[in-house]
Amino acid sequence: MKARIIITPKKAVVDPQGKTVRSALEHLGYSGIGAVHVGKYLEVELDSADPEAARRQLDEACHKFLSNPIIEDYRLEIE
Amino acid sequence: MRSMEKRRGRGPAKASPAPPASIFDPRVNFAVLQFPGSNCDQDAVHVLRNVLGQSARLLWHKESSLGGTDAVIVPGGFSYGDYLRTGAIARFSPVMQAVQQFAANGGLVLGICNGFQILCEAGLLPGALVRNRSLQFRCEHIFLKTATTDSPFTNRTPADKLLRIPIAHGEGSYFADEATLAELQAKRQILWQYCSAQSELTEESNPNGSLLNIAGVCNERRNVAGLMPHPERASEPLLGSDDGRLVFESMIAALETKHLAPAA
Repeated sequence: MKARIIITPKKAVVDPQGKTVRSALEHLGYSGIGAVHVGKYLEVELDSADPEAARRQLDEACHKFLSNPIIEDYRLEIE
Repeated sequence: MRSMEKRRGRGPAKASPAPPASIFDPRVNFAVLQFPGSNCDQDAVHVLRNVLGQSARLLWHKESSLGGTDAVIVPGGFSYGDYLRTGAIARFSPVMQAVQQFAANGGLVLGICNGFQILCEAGLLPGALVRNRSLQFRCEHIFLKTATTDSPFTNRTPADKLLRIPIAHGEGSYFADEATLAELQAKRQILWQYCSAQSELTEESNPNGSLLNIAGVCNERRNVAGLMPHPERASEPLLGSDDGRLVFESMIAALETKHLAPAA
């Protein structure tokens, strides 16, 4: 089993990386680009066979350690 | 930034042991924490010991007790390589559990640069430090305004004096949500702000995009503070400024006058 965790900056936090990437995309001629947000992606390999237990455990870890809820949001996917 | 003093090999630096504690010793007993990747720890010990004549010892991150300490310095550097987020891993080290307890008992704790980031991650200070607005690592002298002298970290700073102190960071942009910012202002927890040479809080004088030009804050109880600038790098005239001394001298004065009962 594997967990995928996507961490993104909260909307209220200024994201200079996202802004710079967006402007670079425009310079390259890509049209229709809205806001860009640069975050982090974590892949966690799990021994557990119980997806619900794994979700509970990783949800706690995301909140406590893997993301900082003051500045970041996270999305947890288990497969 | 690299410390002026070279570290010999890995692991805890072999600093000379703290002088034996004595009830007759009037000096403040500082503990300077040391994480893998700390690099301003020796500078802090040097200033506290050799410039200010206090007792200071290094404390490795695996220690679970602070011993007989009057005040804790969480120094700058790149603890745990800044992996995941600055300060995110250091906050769970054994010594930080002891610092949590020390702070809960009213002990004085000052975080400098990475130390400020660690204290925010640990929840000992409000807010968070994010990537500089410019995306650049900024290493330069800035002007610092002391927003209130009513704290154990600012009580010796003349109200109208600007501090000339260097910064050296890539993630020093202070962020907190609007409710937290309002609370910080109402409770006068903003201690230091970036300003111009004319003491104005301008956009140009803000080196990293910090909200309200915040360079340092304290907790509600006023015994824990953090700032991004490096007072330990500006505590001797030889280095171009000794304004940073005022921060440490304020802590020493606060402990001497027993504004706060030392936490054992």
